[in-house]
Amino acid sequence: MMTLCVVAAGIGLAWLALILGALLYKGLAGLSLSVFTGMTPPPGEAGGLLNAIFGSVVMTVIAVIVGTPIGVLAGTYMAEYGRFSKLTTVVRFINDILLSAPSIVIGLFVYELMVRPMGHFSALAGAVALAILVIPVVVRTTEDMLNLVPNALREAGTAIGAPRWVVIKSVAYRAALSGIVTGILLAIARISGETAPLLFTALNNQFWSSNLNAPMASLPVTIFQFALSPYEEWQQLAWTGALVITLTVLALSIVARSLTGRRENG
Amino acid sequence: MRHFIRSAVVAIAMATASTLTVSAAMAADLSGAGSTFIYPVFAKWADTYKKDTGVGLNYQSIGSGGGIKQVIAKTVTFGATDKPMSDADLEKNGLVQFPMVMGGIVPIVNLTGIKPGELVLDGKTIAGIYMGTITSWDDAAIKALNPGLTLPSTAIAVVHRSDGSGTTFNFTDYLSKLSPDWKDKVGSDTAVEWPVGVGAKGSEGVANTVKQTDGGIGYVEYAYATQNKLSYSKMLNAAGKVVAPSLESFDAAASNADFQDAKNFNVIITNEPGDTTWPIAASTWVLIHKAPEDAAATGEALKFFAWAYKDGKETAKKLDYVSIPDNVVDLIKTSWKADIQADGKPVYTGK
Amino acid sequence: MSAAQEALPAVRSSREATVKRFAFTDAVFHALTRAAAILVLVLLGGVAVSLFAGSWQALSTFGFSFLTSESWNPVTEKFGALAPIYGTIVTSAIAIVIAVPIGIGIAIFLTELCPRPLRRPIGMAVELLAGIPSIIYGIWGLFVFAPFLQTTVQPFVIGIFHGVPGLNSLFAGPPYGIGLLTSSLILAIMVLPFITSITKDVFDTVPAVLKESAYGIGCTTWEVTRHVVIPYTRIGIMGGVMLGLGRALGETMAVTFVIGNAHRISVSLFAPATTISATIANEFTEAVGDLYTSSLVALGLILFVITFLILAIARYMLMRIDARTGA
Repeated sequence: MMTLCVVAAGIGLAWLALILGALLYKGLAGLSLSVFTGMTPPPGEAGGLLNAIFGSVVMTVIAVIVGTPIGVLAGTYMAEYGRFSKLTTVVRFINDILLSAPSIVIGLFVYELMVRPMGHFSALAGAVALAILVIPVVVRTTEDMLNLVPNALREAGTAIGAPRWVVIKSVAYRAALSGIVTGILLAIARISGETAPLLFTALNNQFWSSNLNAPMASLPVTIFQFALSPYEEWQQLAWTGALVITLTVLALSIVARSLTGRRENG
Repeated sequence: MRHFIRSAVVAIAMATASTLTVSAAMAADLSGAGSTFIYPVFAKWADTYKKDTGVGLNYQSIGSGGGIKQVIAKTVTFGATDKPMSDADLEKNGLVQFPMVMGGIVPIVNLTGIKPGELVLDGKTIAGIYMGTITSWDDAAIKALNPGLTLPSTAIAVVHRSDGSGTTFNFTDYLSKLSPDWKDKVGSDTAVEWPVGVGAKGSEGVANTVKQTDGGIGYVEYAYATQNKLSYSKMLNAAGKVVAPSLESFDAAASNADFQDAKNFNVIITNEPGDTTWPIAASTWVLIHKAPEDAAATGEALKFFAWAYKDGKETAKKLDYVSIPDNVVDLIKTSWKADIQADGKPVYTGK
Repeated sequence: MSAAQEALPAVRSSREATVKRFAFTDAVFHALTRAAAILVLVLLGGVAVSLFAGSWQALSTFGFSFLTSESWNPVTEKFGALAPIYGTIVTSAIAIVIAVPIGIGIAIFLTELCPRPLRRPIGMAVELLAGIPSIIYGIWGLFVFAPFLQTTVQPFVIGIFHGVPGLNSLFAGPPYGIGLLTSSLILAIMVLPFITSITKDVFDTVPAVLKESAYGIGCTTWEVTRHVVIPYTRIGIMGGVMLGLGRALGETMAVTFVIGNAHRISVSLFAPATTISATIANEFTEAVGDLYTSSLVALGLILFVITFLILAIARYMLMRIDARTGA
């Protein structure tokens, strides 16, 4: 039976190797400094992805800043204050549905909510759409991880007179930190490649723009447009962009892991 | 170390935040959205135009349907579509439309032993293939068109677009014109209920699937055929002549199209007359409001279009597009002056 | 009166103040978390309302036949959702059936078997699978994986099952590379890291005491995993599977590239098919007619309902397990 587990791990790693291999093979060829300094070019010219990378970073950061606290707090309510309340049961159910909502549907929702009333596409709308995608992932993992914190720990905290929120903050969060961070990373990983919700919110931008109130470029939309084009330079940039996203997510995981500490080796 | 990473992160965050602004979209920043077909040439034009004039025009390919919806919702200055809007819809939404650029759609095949351009097909036969009534490459109908070729008995593997597309609209429009059977049973639209075959994502996907599948046939824009070095077929046109796909034969289709008498430039340039005309040509229309709220932005956009008609020809050609013939451009500019007005004055002030 | 007795009320009042302050901050924090939980409800409510409003035209035009019709014809504007519903359920089911055992297997391998120095890199590598943007899976699927299946695996499988009744229609040709099975496989790969990393994290929370006592009475690694670790973490694993299932049901970009978007229900796993999200992504941007657009939004609404049903069934099953084991 345990050999099967080894086989399973082998299969998982083999898939990864296959995809990463293809990604490295196609992406590395175009990786150069100009990718990070040039703007997205018109067909047939050399250029880079600077505006798209910048836009993706900005929108992802805003989405995480907005979405993570909401997700963590909601998850906290469900696991700590309202573990047995009706509200928790309902929210848990609703949250699972949000998890599987096709991202394009979220995009359409934010389109009706922000883009139509404002009268133009904007980076802000894109960030909100991404934030809505972040929330359910974070809620789910936060709740699950807090639920796994043994009650004895909480009781010990309460016994020395700490109020509930201090127990949550200093005991429960600390014990569940690694899991919550995993959830946030999964959420970032998910939104870093999302094309559909951005298409109808942030649109995209051929040029440099740092105006949150105007269309902004993003890596996934750029990759999508370039990958299916007939022009070689664009296809090359698409693969390189994909490699950049993947490596960034990897780097982020490593940094986050080293910041939150060592529970891994346990 | 931790401390260092943390302060580095903070520093980067602050540097990023300081460059961000929240300001009203400026008139100099024009936006357009729609057709995927026109996207590459718009991107190239916009890049050159910005270098020359400093005016940035951000066009994004969100699909023709998206372009129509966005221009109606006034979230963009203009939309672009591969399928013309009907007169009634234009009237209802207060829009004008005019063609911006043209191109050709090419059947591609994968047949061992047949070189690019050797095979000849016509509309009826392609309709038969896509209906599923012609199933093998040595069918009598194909043989009759290609007396000099030895055709294999390979089964025909039909490939079409899986996503909605203006290319599909023009291709099925052509088949509908040539085959009453197709018109009755399938019809023409950006996506149709395909009787047979497999759908591939995007023209690049179609090209790739045909390349992989022995006996495959598909249809792509000309640029995909040349860039992918695919085996294309020649076509029998409306005049009964065999033509090869080329910018010249697409240009012939554009020149022979009768825009003069068509209301709202609503001419689909498939199966046009002329000895040298390529039968499956396509155009992309721009949609813009007749009475724009932001007249300045619309004026800038029209200036850009005028520039593109005149100075963007070489660029278009390099990317395998056909420019709008000069006589049609004159018609378009007349319509701008007559129809697009703000405060009782035409928005377009150029020649 | 001694000095100590005099100080007592002061101590008491300062203690009271502290308790009050604690109670106040606690109430604030409580309210804050509750508000966040309610916001999640409001969000979904908003999405649901906008979906419902958008799909009203299609639902009122087609009524119940929207669910039972297989026809999807933009030219005649006759739309039915049966084929995408079928495709969504089948692809997600196959993906989960493949990914859950492999995902749990990897998690067991990482927590119980793997040599310590290798744990972190391998765990990281699997999480990296989640970090690859879905569009890359799509492009990779279309340009690398599908051609591979088309030229090697599919002809082979079709050949094997050619004469076997039942199976021969399940694996019927022609091999196009793209289709139902290809999408399911891609989905399985995408879902895998979700299941693995969540499962691994919950496995890590099993108190060492529990495992050690089981080892102490002579259990093998497998027995410990089977009878201690998995039961202890069952809910957490279920959460991971739900996350994975959620992603499989709603995954748009990757599936869009490799499913073929055919509104037909065919028995063969090699045939092109479509899913709800793939149909929306493939056709929404080019759809012009109001009824067409509305039908696509109605598909989104149906996906909500399907998710709702699947989750309800999962919860019910979980409750029954709990009742049986008396936990």
